[in-house]
Amino acid sequence: MTQLVISDVSKRYGATAALDRVSLAVEVGSRVAIVGPSGSGKTTLLRVIAGFEAPDTGTVTLDGQVLADGLAIAPAHRRRIGYVAQDGALFPHLDVAGNLGFGIPRNEPDRAARLRELMELVELDAAMLTRRPHELSGGQQQRVALARALARKPALMLLDEPFSALDTGLRESVRQAVARVLAKAGITTILVTHDQGEALSFADQLAVMREGRLVQTGRPAELYWRPADVETALFLGNAALFKADIAEGIVSCGLGAFEAETGRRRGQGTIMLRPEQFQLSSVGPGLEAIVEDVTFRGGQYAVTLRTKHDGAEARFTAHVSSTEQPQLGSTVFVSVKGGPFLLPDIVA
Amino acid sequence: MLLLAGGVSLCALLPLGFIAWIAIETGWQTAFSLIWRPRVGELLVNTLLLELCTLPPAILLAVALAWLTERSDMPGAKFLSWLAVAPLAVPAFVQSYAWVSLLPRFHGLPAAVLVSVLAYLPFLYLPVAAQIRRLDPELEHVAASLGQTPLRVFSRVVLPQLRLAICGGSLLVGLHLLAEYGLYAMIRFDTFTTAIIDQFQSSYNGPAANMLAGVLVLSCFGLIALEWLLRGSARYARLGSGAPRPAPRQRLGNWRLPALALPLAFAVLSLGVPALTLTHWLLASGDDVWRQGALAASLAETLGYAAAGACAAAAAALPMAWLSVRAPGRATRFLESCHSYLGALPGVVIALALVTVTVRVALPLYQTVATVVFAYVLMFLPRALVGLRAGIAQVPVELERAAAALGRSPARALLAVTLPLAAPGVAAAMALVAMGVATELTATLLLAPNGTRTLATEFWALTSELDYAKAAPYAVLMILLSLPMTALLHAQARRSLGA
Repeated sequence: MTQLVISDVSKRYGATAALDRVSLAVEVGSRVAIVGPSGSGKTTLLRVIAGFEAPDTGTVTLDGQVLADGLAIAPAHRRRIGYVAQDGALFPHLDVAGNLGFGIPRNEPDRAARLRELMELVELDAAMLTRRPHELSGGQQQRVALARALARKPALMLLDEPFSALDTGLRESVRQAVARVLAKAGITTILVTHDQGEALSFADQLAVMREGRLVQTGRPAELYWRPADVETALFLGNAALFKADIAEGIVSCGLGAFEAETGRRRGQGTIMLRPEQFQLSSVGPGLEAIVEDVTFRGGQYAVTLRTKHDGAEARFTAHVSSTEQPQLGSTVFVSVKGGPFLLPDIVA
Repeated sequence: MLLLAGGVSLCALLPLGFIAWIAIETGWQTAFSLIWRPRVGELLVNTLLLELCTLPPAILLAVALAWLTERSDMPGAKFLSWLAVAPLAVPAFVQSYAWVSLLPRFHGLPAAVLVSVLAYLPFLYLPVAAQIRRLDPELEHVAASLGQTPLRVFSRVVLPQLRLAICGGSLLVGLHLLAEYGLYAMIRFDTFTTAIIDQFQSSYNGPAANMLAGVLVLSCFGLIALEWLLRGSARYARLGSGAPRPAPRQRLGNWRLPALALPLAFAVLSLGVPALTLTHWLLASGDDVWRQGALAASLAETLGYAAAGACAAAAAALPMAWLSVRAPGRATRFLESCHSYLGALPGVVIALALVTVTVRVALPLYQTVATVVFAYVLMFLPRALVGLRAGIAQVPVELERAAAALGRSPARALLAVTLPLAAPGVAAAMALVAMGVATELTATLLLAPNGTRTLATEFWALTSELDYAKAAPYAVLMILLSLPMTALLHAQARRSLGA
């Protein structure tokens, strides 16, 4: 069942279009990640949903209720939409209990029990209720911010890059904890981030934004393996791109000929291979390649390879397990696992 | 450096030592009888009433003006924020001169309260506006998403975060209320400071004046303690990294134009009235008032004192400023507080201390230029220290080390790196001291050699003779001299916040 409907929303700041006719439908209970480089309009979209800003045109509807129709908007405090800001935005003049209880009426029965329950939900010790925000670690601050938003039992939760201020090690664990809490509470969630890894692992639906436009939406794996264009392909991860000749069911490029879904397209096109699709061996079979550069990355090596096929030279990166280190300058044989993806409508 | 700073600290402790000394010398019995008088009680009530009637409306007005100029879409907000700071350029006693010559019967507590609010509001407006601009709008967004109406967001989130700025600004205004002489003498409202000077002028250096000074100092310290208690120890700084995004301005809708009434009314009362009065007197008396020989002489003398005061204060503050930036520690902090407590001491107390010391210990120095300049140094030492410290802090020690690593000797590194970078801060600090000296009245009246004519004392002498017309050009010159200070303070408040 569709819960949030954004249709044809546009917003300009002076000459720049922050949002350009954006439409998006979000299902009940789903986790959506809006991802894009900075300045792509993703945060503006979030703020329009939250009611902090009004769109110039377009509508936002939640559970059938119109929240925004052009400049006429329902104010943020009447929306039942939770919001967690980039670094938590805990009220510095209130302790943790004051922050958690900020949105709960003072005379509500069982207020204290409710606060403890919330702390438990976000896996924090109830003894922390008397602490001040600056006495908490970054991860704890984010958990309190999440609990504070959950206290109002919102119909929709918005997360504005809530993990970006955390250390790399902490980011992963807080992200998993947040995902767990939100799944338990069954709340529809929209996450905004510029970190594609975070988006891919958090969401069950991904929306890629660029220059104020929604470029592609779908399941994360779908977008990773079948991106709509070159920019999206490169934004979601490393990719090797080759110009290719298209025949029926076959694409041929500098690496050789591969089976691919070509549909009715013929002529020239661009194909994409992800670095993890390449397999290297010292004996073949496969295409001969020279190892030009090797970068150690812990779990894997990033290997830059140069090949020659039918007189055409190609250079690309492969990711291989770090259990075997390829020798610089050595010759290896490259084979490809899974077919390449023919990018739609990019005429070379 | 430590020795130099220690020496300056000792000098700075002189006024405090004076209070302690006279308290001991006078003896408990006499002191008690001098303090336990109905007159002192009367002054205490007056002072209390003045503080209690001035601060609440000033706080309300400052918060309202700050919010309107910083966070609403009121037309001309930037210009109006200048107008709210501009009264700083009008010396308090010129402000009351303007009102008294416009409404000759304007006396007593209501007059004192009105003129005090007009003259000192910028001291509250500046920190409150700066803090409002610094607030992270995300906090207000979060509060709205938690179901709070805009009015409740303001009272539960915005207002609590302004507490430090309100406390600090109120303390500054409160101390000015205690220390000001000219303003209250002109509208005939008795405070401790006016009483001390009356006492001094009638009975010279009597113990009565000294005892009143003691009570005045205690009141100042009481005010500081009160502020410290109200301020609390809570932390209000924004959490997290990075800079907050600029806050959106609230749409006022139909209130957009009516809201203008508040800042405009304040501007009319605080700037329009002095402008009107001064224009009136200048027009009434024609060109002649500008041709008084005394005018040029007193301008020259004022500039001379201002330059001497600025150089001496900067020189005195330099060792401490250098120490507190380059060698912070417990000893440094102690010495620094010896410097900065002077900011809370009324000029009249410092002047009385110097009168007593010179008369009793170093008579040849009594009523000399040196003593006056020394008084200026003591009065404006905190101001100089703050500016110098900021200037030196512009030059992190790493830069000097980088210069050394590139082959410069310490002296040449100082010349090539430290000085050029610190110069603007040092110059600004000296300018602030100079402009403070240019409009100083109380200490100059008490200490200056016979025949000294600064703009302030000459203006004071003329208004005492009710020669308002002849006084007008002096007031205009003082305002002109104070204008750069106003601009400097306004710019500093904006820059320190990266706006």
